[in-house]
Amino acid sequence: MSAVKTRPRTTAPEGPPPVPERIGPLIALHHGLQLAWRSVLKIKANPEEVLGLMLQPIMFVTLFVFVFGQAMMGDWQTYRDFLMPGVIAQSVIFATMGTGFSLSQDVEKGIFDRFRSLPIARSGPLIGAILGDLARYAITVVMVLLVGLAIGFRPEGGPIGVLVAGGLILLFAFALCWMSAFVGMIVRTPMAVQSFAMILLFPLTFGSSSFVAPGDMPGWLAPIAMNNPVTHVVDAMRALMLGGDAAGPMIWTLVWTVLITAIFFPLAVWAYRRRT
Amino acid sequence: MAAFRAGRWIRKTGPHRARTPPSGGARPGRGARKKRHHLAGGEQGHRTAGKQGRELRTHRSGPYVSVLDKNRIRFRRNDGHTYSKEEGSTSVRNPRYPEKPMTDAIHAEGLVKEFKGKRALDRVDLTAGTGAVLGILGPNGSGKTTTVRILATLLRPDQGHAVVGGFDVLKQPHEVRRLIGLTGQYAAVDAELTGTQNLVLIARLLGYDRAQARVRSTELLERFGLSDAGDRPTKTYSGGMRRRLDLAASLIGRPSLLYLDEPTTGLDPHSRNELWEVVRGLASDGVTVLLTTQYLEEADHLADDIMVLDHGRVISRGTPEELKTRAGEQMLELRTVDPAQLPLATKIIEAITSTPATSDGLVAGVPVGDAAVLPEVVRRLDEQGVVVGELSLRKPSLDEVFLALTGSTTKSRNEEIRV
Repeated sequence: MSAVKTRPRTTAPEGPPPVPERIGPLIALHHGLQLAWRSVLKIKANPEEVLGLMLQPIMFVTLFVFVFGQAMMGDWQTYRDFLMPGVIAQSVIFATMGTGFSLSQDVEKGIFDRFRSLPIARSGPLIGAILGDLARYAITVVMVLLVGLAIGFRPEGGPIGVLVAGGLILLFAFALCWMSAFVGMIVRTPMAVQSFAMILLFPLTFGSSSFVAPGDMPGWLAPIAMNNPVTHVVDAMRALMLGGDAAGPMIWTLVWTVLITAIFFPLAVWAYRRRT
Repeated sequence: MAAFRAGRWIRKTGPHRARTPPSGGARPGRGARKKRHHLAGGEQGHRTAGKQGRELRTHRSGPYVSVLDKNRIRFRRNDGHTYSKEEGSTSVRNPRYPEKPMTDAIHAEGLVKEFKGKRALDRVDLTAGTGAVLGILGPNGSGKTTTVRILATLLRPDQGHAVVGGFDVLKQPHEVRRLIGLTGQYAAVDAELTGTQNLVLIARLLGYDRAQARVRSTELLERFGLSDAGDRPTKTYSGGMRRRLDLAASLIGRPSLLYLDEPTTGLDPHSRNELWEVVRGLASDGVTVLLTTQYLEEADHLADDIMVLDHGRVISRGTPEELKTRAGEQMLELRTVDPAQLPLATKIIEAITSTPATSDGLVAGVPVGDAAVLPEVVRRLDEQGVVVGELSLRKPSLDEVFLALTGSTTKSRNEEIRV
């Protein structure tokens, strides 16, 4: 008798789906992870979108380093080293706008309603969006870094410095993406999210130490830049990557991160729950 | 099951069948009958005493509604076979929650919802029996989608309450969501993900593990004829395919209640008929379907009962037949091959029916109370040598139903909304 190997076919069980009676935090996390996977699948389906995100940092890096660098600091290599942490931070901060944008798009397209009519954790889609976007920010950091490496950026802080700096900006972005989620749930259309974000993020990133040291700014701008949370993040990243005192800026960064999260996380959840 | 599909079901409940006198004593236990949709004309959304003066009595026991009396419904196919079904008996139980007797799948009372000071829903009552197809009919802006969203726990009503599958939508929304499947006007699936990815995602969210989710997804894709397209992103699907995928997504959890919000809007006739077939199949499997539509034809084909909404109010309820009959008499329409013969034809039909006819030079129409005039009309026309191009006896269209019920047409309603 010949051995016929048949693979047992798993059938989905008959009857109602195995939805838990009550949703505890672990299950909420499970739902969040499923929906984060959905965000990852969307990135995989649209790789050109991520590549498109790269256009801005590449443009900025080449523009600022090669066109302005010499005039800024006499020698473009110095400026390149000065600029890289700033550009990484700026790219990630601009990427946080995507969180609010895609949440707003989900509402527009009706997927938001689909998820809300499912017996899943109420905050599931929100958690999923945030987690999925963290993946996107991480990709952004890596790619901008690669661009920098390509033009000769060799951070003295070594891989550890780079990793810690990367972790720091991701932490800050995590705080900012709650703000983005809040805006996404409040505003009517995805386009409005984009406009709103542009109006907010351009001054936020340019009025910081990302591109220019605050000491070199006009008298009225310097104090604003000094107190800008982005300045602290970039200073910390610079110190970590290039060497220098990172302790002070890191503490300030953590303070700002906690502050922004404490304000916008509840606001985002509230706006999300109330959105119909 | 085969009997259900062949032929057109005419639903009659016992006491309202004109030919069969109610044999009061012969049928046991028929004290207070639960009256659902057989209301005399002219009511405005309140369940008042019906034709035979019986009041609706609804008893609440615990967190769910239960009805005490049996209501035997007889279905008579138009070739004479009778099929009897007990409905409303407390022995009907939802297999998922066997400890809860469930008679009405959906029961909503006094729903009010305001948007910016304007009432989208104004004291709407709604009841759908288990396994029935309830159609909500109305033009744009009448509150159909709002109703469905409230019953799907997506919106909170400002006033009123609703019980779905025995659970209150406000107090026990999670339990309600376990029972329902929802399909919206716009296909609510991720355009960038493939069909399979979409279905697997929802299956996983519902608690199936990876393997089960895959199997369930494959099953559903096969059932809806989307197996070949399963690995393509949904943005490459045609409109009909996307609707089918949306419907498949709402069926992953094997819901006992399905909400279809204008499921065939924008579809070509072929896709529309396909979808109707699917819905009929689901209804015959025992799923309770709540269907909103703008098309009387769709409600006519699919629904057991129809509720007509206008500006947030229920203006009429009944079976499709009842609605069309209540809305007006039938129209006899006639077109002659040679327009010159039309005046003669018009005179003939006027004479037969003793009613003034309308004529627009091409088609003449006259309301008739009874289809029995038709042979007479044909005979007389033939006698006079009128060559008939088209002769039809039709029930009123949605426009005519609306005209009769509200005094304006759906077209003017839709225009109102646009302005």
